[in-house]
Amino acid sequence: MPGKLKVKIVAGRHLPVMDRASDLTDAFVEVKFGNTTFKTDVYPKSLNPQWNSEWFKFEVDDEDLQDEPLQITVLDHDTYSANDAIGKVYIDIDPLLYSEAATVISGWFPIYDTIHGIRGEINVVVKVDLFNDLNRFRQSSCGVKFFCTTSIPKCYRAVVIHGFVEELVVNEDPEYQWIDRIRTPRASNEARQRLISLMSGELQRKIGLKVLEMRGNAVVGYLQCFDLEGESGLVVRAIGTVCTLDKISNTAFLPACNSPSKEMKEIPFNEDPNPNTHSSGPSTPLKNQTYSFSPSKSYSRQSSSSDTDLSLTPKTAPSPQGPRIFLFPSSPTLSCGSPQLNKSCLLLPGSSLNPLHSSHVSPFVLRKSVSFTEELLLAGMGSGSAGKEGGPFKALLRQQTQTALEQREGSPHRFCRRREFPFFTLTAFPPGFLVHVGGVVSARSVKLLDRIHNPAFVGIMGNTRSYKLLDWNSFNSDEPETRDAWWAEIRQEIKSHAKALGCHAVVGYSESTSICEEVCILSASGTAAVLNPRFLQDGTMEGCLEQRLSWQPGFFSIGSEKGEVDFFPQNQDSSSLLGIEETSPPGCGFFHIPYDELNMPFPAHLTYCYNCRKQKVPDVLFTTIDLPAEAMVIGKGCLIQARLCRLKKKAQAEANATSISNLLPFMEYEVHTQLMNKLKLKGMNALFGLRIQITVGENMLMGLASATGVYLTALPTPGGIQIAGKTPNDGAYEQHVSHMQKKINDTIAKNKELYEINPPEIPEEIIGSPFPEPRQRSRLLRSQSESSDEVMELDLSHGKKDAFVLEIDDTDAMEDVHSLLTDVPPPPGFYSCNTEIMPGINNWTSDIQMFTSVRVSRLSNINLTNQTLNKNFNDLCENLLKSLYFKLRSMIPCCLCHVNFTVALPEDEVIQITVTAVAITFDKNQALQTSKVPAEKTLQRASTDNEEQLQFPLELCSDPLVSQPFSPAKEVLENAGSHTGIPAAQRAASLDKASPLAEGHLRHRSVPSCTNSTVSVVKMTPLSFIPGAKITKYLGIINMFFIRETTSLREEGGVSGFLHAFIAEVFAMVRAHVAALGGNAVVSYIMKQCVFMENPNKNQAQCLINVSGDAVIVVRESELEMVPVQPSAAVSQPASAGDVTT
Amino acid sequence: MTNDLDIFVGNTTLIDEEVYQLWLDGYSVSDAVSLRLRSGILEQTGATVDVLQSDTMDHYRTFHMLERLLHTPSKLIHQLHFQIPPSRQAMLIERYYAFDEAFVREVLGKKLSKGTKKDLDDVSTKTSITLKSCRRQFDNFKRVFKVVEEMRGSLVENIQQHFLLSDRLARDYAAIVFFANSRFETGKKKLQFLTFEDFAYCAEQMIQNWTLGAVDSNVDDMDVDLDKEFLQELKELKVLIADKDLLDLHKSLVCTSLRGKISVYNEMEANFKNLSRALVNMASKLIHTKDVRDFFIDLVEKFIEPCKSDKWTLNDVRLFLTQYTTSAHNLDAFRHQALWDRYMSTIKSCLLKMYHD
Repeated sequence: MPGKLKVKIVAGRHLPVMDRASDLTDAFVEVKFGNTTFKTDVYPKSLNPQWNSEWFKFEVDDEDLQDEPLQITVLDHDTYSANDAIGKVYIDIDPLLYSEAATVISGWFPIYDTIHGIRGEINVVVKVDLFNDLNRFRQSSCGVKFFCTTSIPKCYRAVVIHGFVEELVVNEDPEYQWIDRIRTPRASNEARQRLISLMSGELQRKIGLKVLEMRGNAVVGYLQCFDLEGESGLVVRAIGTVCTLDKISNTAFLPACNSPSKEMKEIPFNEDPNPNTHSSGPSTPLKNQTYSFSPSKSYSRQSSSSDTDLSLTPKTAPSPQGPRIFLFPSSPTLSCGSPQLNKSCLLLPGSSLNPLHSSHVSPFVLRKSVSFTEELLLAGMGSGSAGKEGGPFKALLRQQTQTALEQREGSPHRFCRRREFPFFTLTAFPPGFLVHVGGVVSARSVKLLDRIHNPAFVGIMGNTRSYKLLDWNSFNSDEPETRDAWWAEIRQEIKSHAKALGCHAVVGYSESTSICEEVCILSASGTAAVLNPRFLQDGTMEGCLEQRLSWQPGFFSIGSEKGEVDFFPQNQDSSSLLGIEETSPPGCGFFHIPYDELNMPFPAHLTYCYNCRKQKVPDVLFTTIDLPAEAMVIGKGCLIQARLCRLKKKAQAEANATSISNLLPFMEYEVHTQLMNKLKLKGMNALFGLRIQITVGENMLMGLASATGVYLTALPTPGGIQIAGKTPNDGAYEQHVSHMQKKINDTIAKNKELYEINPPEIPEEIIGSPFPEPRQRSRLLRSQSESSDEVMELDLSHGKKDAFVLEIDDTDAMEDVHSLLTDVPPPPGFYSCNTEIMPGINNWTSDIQMFTSVRVSRLSNINLTNQTLNKNFNDLCENLLKSLYFKLRSMIPCCLCHVNFTVALPEDEVIQITVTAVAITFDKNQALQTSKVPAEKTLQRASTDNEEQLQFPLELCSDPLVSQPFSPAKEVLENAGSHTGIPAAQRAASLDKASPLAEGHLRHRSVPSCTNSTVSVVKMTPLSFIPGAKITKYLGIINMFFIRETTSLREEGGVSGFLHAFIAEVFAMVRAHVAALGGNAVVSYIMKQCVFMENPNKNQAQCLINVSGDAVIVVRESELEMVPVQPSAAVSQPASAGDVTT
Repeated sequence: MTNDLDIFVGNTTLIDEEVYQLWLDGYSVSDAVSLRLRSGILEQTGATVDVLQSDTMDHYRTFHMLERLLHTPSKLIHQLHFQIPPSRQAMLIERYYAFDEAFVREVLGKKLSKGTKKDLDDVSTKTSITLKSCRRQFDNFKRVFKVVEEMRGSLVENIQQHFLLSDRLARDYAAIVFFANSRFETGKKKLQFLTFEDFAYCAEQMIQNWTLGAVDSNVDDMDVDLDKEFLQELKELKVLIADKDLLDLHKSLVCTSLRGKISVYNEMEANFKNLSRALVNMASKLIHTKDVRDFFIDLVEKFIEPCKSDKWTLNDVRLFLTQYTTSAHNLDAFRHQALWDRYMSTIKSCLLKMYHD
């Protein structure tokens, strides 16, 4: 009995009227945890009841503490009939389970009902007394910290970054059970909410167990997702990066970790004698045993036994040439005679004909991943190609998973998971962690969801605590295994891509799904990278080499001898790099290519780094991570999006899956082409934070890629875009083309000016030209079906150094060029990016506004074509952005950061776009200052600032201090209560113009009631920080799932009114939970799911929302500095004065 | 392609004061859009009509959701649903409860009943304020009235406490409540020249001096009703006009002190008895509800109009009323000095406020 949960119900307020006769309510509260329920007394006839209950005590296992939510139900007592429920509050008590986080949850929570929304508030106090359980066989993992933030949390130091952790849990969806037909929507929604809460608790606990097993103490970059698979169930899956974190103030922990090699060696010994750790866990499935210490064995076995696993993956490639072969898919190694070859060949013109195809990674990887998908599906097709369409396909899939399973069971080995996948969900890293960045790697796979019926299951579900009765292993075991196997395949694929790029790790890794009916697209992407092993195993430099030796082969657990061979050059490379690390200038190292120049994995245009001139860099770089802080950038960045639609025939099951997988490669290719063109149009040479989302609908596929373009100084200046006409002899046509060309050139010039891209001119000779033909052209083709000779011809006829050739061969191409030019830049004063921070802006004020915007658009055209569809989709996105700029115009100058678009296709011809982002105002005056056009006064101040910064680099960040005077009024908007004095007057003054009762406002300041609001302000942001403030404490993860349903859609203001209210409610509930934990902000906030369904005919709608983030306490830097700054400023003042006089 | 759903939700609720005003003024979304278009906002921001339309819809939805809370402003302050900085909350409340001069002049002193509400469309056409806005303003009056009607303590403070209004607006509402309760007639043609501000000032004076609360602030009573005892006593003042000697003496005292100081001396002298009779008669009749209602008409008909026709300046009126009041203290036979002051000080303030040059 390791824990005692104590709950006290204090009071309620603003309750709804439940008794029409008296216009009052007789409210009481039920407090439920697990199987135990307590009730308060009925507080008669009041809308603001004061229960002041005793402490309700629950004595529970810590396992339950982790899994179960505390459930508080407010009811209206009725003497004669059943008591009416007013609403519920679910409280996740996880934050109370680790010592450093919150100690008490206390505050007002909105009472939520899935039909009526928020109905009043309730004040609750929750505490947990936890007894330490030292049982090593325990199933709980209390004490492991979780962070959504995808970087090392601000007040921690990473001692060791262990690596990837993943887990998934599966259940039937209550919405699809027979019982759902007879129960009320409310009961059904509540069952679902509760189930998901339980499942995510369980998932988190299991992940925690894995973390403890890996000797970590925290999961960073924790990303948990729901797959609502409909009939086939509900999957909750999570990935994250296991770390050993150390509080920065706490140095006692350091010495213990200084012998990392020893600790590392201990791992296998510690784990082996503990088989129970795995077998007793209901959830640590066979997977634990999957990849052995000497995995080569199991892999080779896998590939040989599964006949479907044909060719394209490196694991089966026997050639010592290593990864190179995949890059030229036309090479005979690949000709396995299966029909998917045709597919890959289709793609070939794109790759092999563009020998200098820009992005050194993406094209290759895209193609690669596609072929993987193809492989799986088409192999099936192939074996059945003699006969029916998709018949054998399913069987094949089964077969494959089965063989995989068998192998797993058979494998006697078990080893630390981190050896499995060297993936990191982090997007920002401690300095020096990233050695090289290879490029984006991604993989997709189309799967059919199959129902797994278990008759025993359905019956029990009605019970209150049925979920616990089910043991996944015995009961539903094959299901999570199937899903696991699916993901394992994809991860394997990613890993091999990374390997092909000469990288041993994948950073900025993420996974997603898109589900439509029975078809599911699984996607994973990340950035291949070479990491500094120092951080992975901690330790000092001396231990480093040793570790590398022991570590690397383990890491590359693909093929034993081959692995060594493959990575030998790379080993050399990076170890030599390790040597020059100190000498090579910082800020460009990670852009140097990690692969061998002579054995390039794919065609790319390499030059010597423009920064250090020592190493090679690609001409364009795509990554999924944030821009490293040390990276040197010219000008500002901007949001770049590629948008694409493809119609698809409606089809069933296998046929559907096939047509989707046929479309995927084209989509990927075109998305990539668009990105590249737009990047060139912006005059930039690198993309960060790339996220490509492919969404599947009934009759179309949508692709949306977002990234932040920047100009890296280390990479060469991008060439322009050149348009090539198809019929060069036609005069009018020629004129048109040249007109277009002019327009494009103008746009590029304009963009360069807009984003302040003015790289210093570097004479060609200095750079040196390592290539025999430096004047090679890169070109880009729209149409893949074009024959190769034709292309070659054209290729020779046009030539401009580094220029991208866009060929206008038909009207489609024309449209595309037009659409390139239709993307309007944001209005003056606005910038946007989808990364954490905007390169080139560093003077943020504390004025932030996080928002979510949703649009659902119905395509009216019956005869849809790809063109109209594309245009519609493009307009939809552009209009949405325009709308955001308009709405936030009062915040100018401002930047939209972490712009996150999500596309869904809920019905035929219906597109839903959800955007979450944060707008942050920055200080224009300071921007001027940094751009070296200071007025005399600012110059002086700047110099003193600099002085201060030099002397007190840690405590002093001059930005917030200086910025404060510029925007006091705005700050007040964010900062309730505390600063109402002067700014309120300003506020009022601004009101004067408009209000006829202006005078009153000035007097209004004396009204006390407005300032003593009990509601504390909670800021929310998708970023990992709050500008102008310092995070002093992480209080725990917020992970909430809500369902809202209405049967009176029109009365609630239609779909817009319904969803608007719901999202506002979700925000409110997140804020309330954070405030109750004692926090004042949510960082790394993300809306992971927003599923909206409507039935206007029935006047009904339903919406599911899943959000998460980290609850934190922030302290405004200006407040924080009050004490240290005063003396320091005083000291530095004379010093700087002295400098001036000398 | 049509947008079925189009929403924007900020963690801090986004409020556009301009759109809020349009919403308060009762414009429909499409009217609001065309009004915004005319303001040239598109040229300033480079946005399109669609964007404006969507933005306006968003704001209207937000305001619609906020309206429920605005009916009980204390809820708006304590609710968790919308995160709004306190200064903005105050702005929302203040503007929501603000009213139009033209509207309030139509409704002031009328019974805040369903009947009056039904007539609002007439008011709307007459004042060219949208019916929606009229209804909001009327409902505000009624809501405030209902809440504070039966309440103890200072009317202004009660309003301020329950509706979190600024001092100024709370005073205005106090006047509206006071007028509605006593049903003062303000709509007659003769009274049209008076502004709401004039009436509000008078109401304040009356609340301060003529209600029960004026005598004893600790008393369990409200500022809303006039002090009946006081009204009863006012009959005693009749002696000033009934007793001919007293009237003559009063007149001579006033005339002596005003000679040479007032520009309309002759007219004053000629009219003294009429004016004095009017003022004292009004006092003696105030015990009747009907005469309370006609209070302002009486002031205008019996005092202001005669003076106006004789071209008294405001200064003349001030001098006269001051002298008229103080001279009564020198009448040995007149013993109701306190009562006289309580009555006359308010009358004097009201008349001076109402006497427009």
